[in-house]
Amino acid sequence: MSTVARPRPVRLRRDRELEPESRTNIGAADFHRPSVRVTMAALRVVVLVLLVVTGLGPLVWLALAAVSPTQDLIQGPFSFFASGQVQWQNLAIAWERGRIGHYLLNTAALAAGSMVSTLFVSTTAAFVITVLKPRWGGLLSGAILATLFIPGIVSLVPLYLTVRDLPIVGISLVNTFWAVWLPAAATAFNVLIIARFLESIPAELYEAARIDGAGPLRILWSIVLPLARPILGVVGLLTIVASWKDYLWPLLVLPNPDNQPVSVALPRLADQTELSVQMAALFLALLVPVVLFLVFQRQFLRGASMSGSVKG
Amino acid sequence: MSDEARLTRTAVRTGGGAAWLARRWRRSQPGWQALGIALPAIIVYLYFSWGPILSSLVMSLQNPVPGGTAEWVGLDNFAYVLSDPGLPQATLNTVYYTLLAVLFGFPVPLALAVFISELKKQSWYFSGLAYLPVVVPPVVAILLWKFFYEPSSDGVFNTLLGAVGIAPLPWLNSTAMAMPSIVLETTWAGAGSAVIIYIAALTSVPGELYEAAELDGAGIWRRVWHVTLPQMRGIIGTMLLLQVIGTMQIFTEPYLFTGGGPQNATKTLLMTVFDYAFTRVDYGAATALSVLLAAVLALFSVAYLLLTRRWSRS
Repeated sequence: MSTVARPRPVRLRRDRELEPESRTNIGAADFHRPSVRVTMAALRVVVLVLLVVTGLGPLVWLALAAVSPTQDLIQGPFSFFASGQVQWQNLAIAWERGRIGHYLLNTAALAAGSMVSTLFVSTTAAFVITVLKPRWGGLLSGAILATLFIPGIVSLVPLYLTVRDLPIVGISLVNTFWAVWLPAAATAFNVLIIARFLESIPAELYEAARIDGAGPLRILWSIVLPLARPILGVVGLLTIVASWKDYLWPLLVLPNPDNQPVSVALPRLADQTELSVQMAALFLALLVPVVLFLVFQRQFLRGASMSGSVKG
Repeated sequence: MSDEARLTRTAVRTGGGAAWLARRWRRSQPGWQALGIALPAIIVYLYFSWGPILSSLVMSLQNPVPGGTAEWVGLDNFAYVLSDPGLPQATLNTVYYTLLAVLFGFPVPLALAVFISELKKQSWYFSGLAYLPVVVPPVVAILLWKFFYEPSSDGVFNTLLGAVGIAPLPWLNSTAMAMPSIVLETTWAGAGSAVIIYIAALTSVPGELYEAAELDGAGIWRRVWHVTLPQMRGIIGTMLLLQVIGTMQIFTEPYLFTGGGPQNATKTLLMTVFDYAFTRVDYGAATALSVLLAAVLALFSVAYLLLTRRWSRS
């Protein structure tokens, strides 16, 4: 048995999404005209410069400010290191006295837990709706998808009260990470994109497994999960990004500073610390998402374009 | 493979036995086992989605009595919220914010996406650069821009303006400029994801349409106008709707940039809900206002659905 290679998961619509190969507006004939070629080349440079200035500029400024003395920042916002001093200790002070490291760990724990709970809940729901198709499956999918059309603001206050005092169970999740992890799982959009993906898997696969005697759990574990890996990656990434960005909800349910993510802690810190340390703290909070983006750029952009293709 | 051979592989689960037993087992499976698998989702949605949505409707009609059951007050909460002297200002601010956000944030990503999708080779860094601000955590971006907006002549933006001979602007400190300043930042932070979505949509525009238009003698600009944009109509409308729904619920940016000031010039509807609920602890008023806002937003969605249906029919 061990010598038999496991079948590699089918890679469905993976590579070609971001790289258009078909003809676009400007065709080969246009490119023979010098005016078009010159305009495009000039536009290319102009747009690139604009993108670098607006996209990268503020981040580079922050990186420089993070290691500048406060008085240099106040004297002139672009006269970096006017005093000839690079203050590396800003970063250390922000990390230790500002406890940025601690808050970043909280953020990471919140994001990871939200991802796990979202993947678990959304995958099982999508699996039941698209593969098992029980008689009440339509009701379930209707009830889940209907929440897509209801603006989030409706449930803000009752959701807070629910988390503060869970009905029936009677416990409070306030100041625990569960207060963020569990509500994050109730995101209908994720059920929708996983269900769409599962529908694209040929039904014969499920049928074959069923005839071979595999139960629902076995089908979920051995067929759906390996095949759905790309889409689960996208959903996981989208969840992590959303959780990393969240501010209002953790502000409400995590009043204890020890449990707060970096997004909630930063504004409080900004009121208490000197400018240079403030900038160092912002820089440290920025570093992780930007590095993640540089490493997983394809996945990020794929996730972003997918959220559009489903909405459209 | 024979039936028996297959059955032996599932013998453990079926407990052995005849084929009819296995068939019956299989047929009865989806019932309770599907329920078991769906249970986590059902519980999570009951507690954190369906429950809160329903109780929002109920709470908007009630006044909580300390230590007892809430009393029904009909539409009193709605009347109270609608007669709040702060409401017109908050509504105007929110609508103003939405208008500005659409005005700033709508054409730029579309134009950028159309341009980027024309680049033949080595253009991945264009979308990467455009998307970079999106990965900046909003709170980091807000605190950074708050420093950029420093109103003295030594502020970052004012120094830049000074270099081209423009006098320092008050940015967040003036009632007239505070809201546009906030919109400028949110546009910077959000444009990238719209760019990526439009680029993806552009790849599905059939190339033959461009070829046909070219043969008919349409120039590049006319092709953009008569082929690209009409082909993108669906996604453009959807993005517009989502942007309106999203921006009508703006909270974090005005809360952290200005706290609603100066003189309530940036106080939005969601900040009013937040105030009702967590400063005045008036849950009835808070839910009443959020139900009203949600109803308006739902109306937008319905109007949009009806419109698109008419488009696709014609």
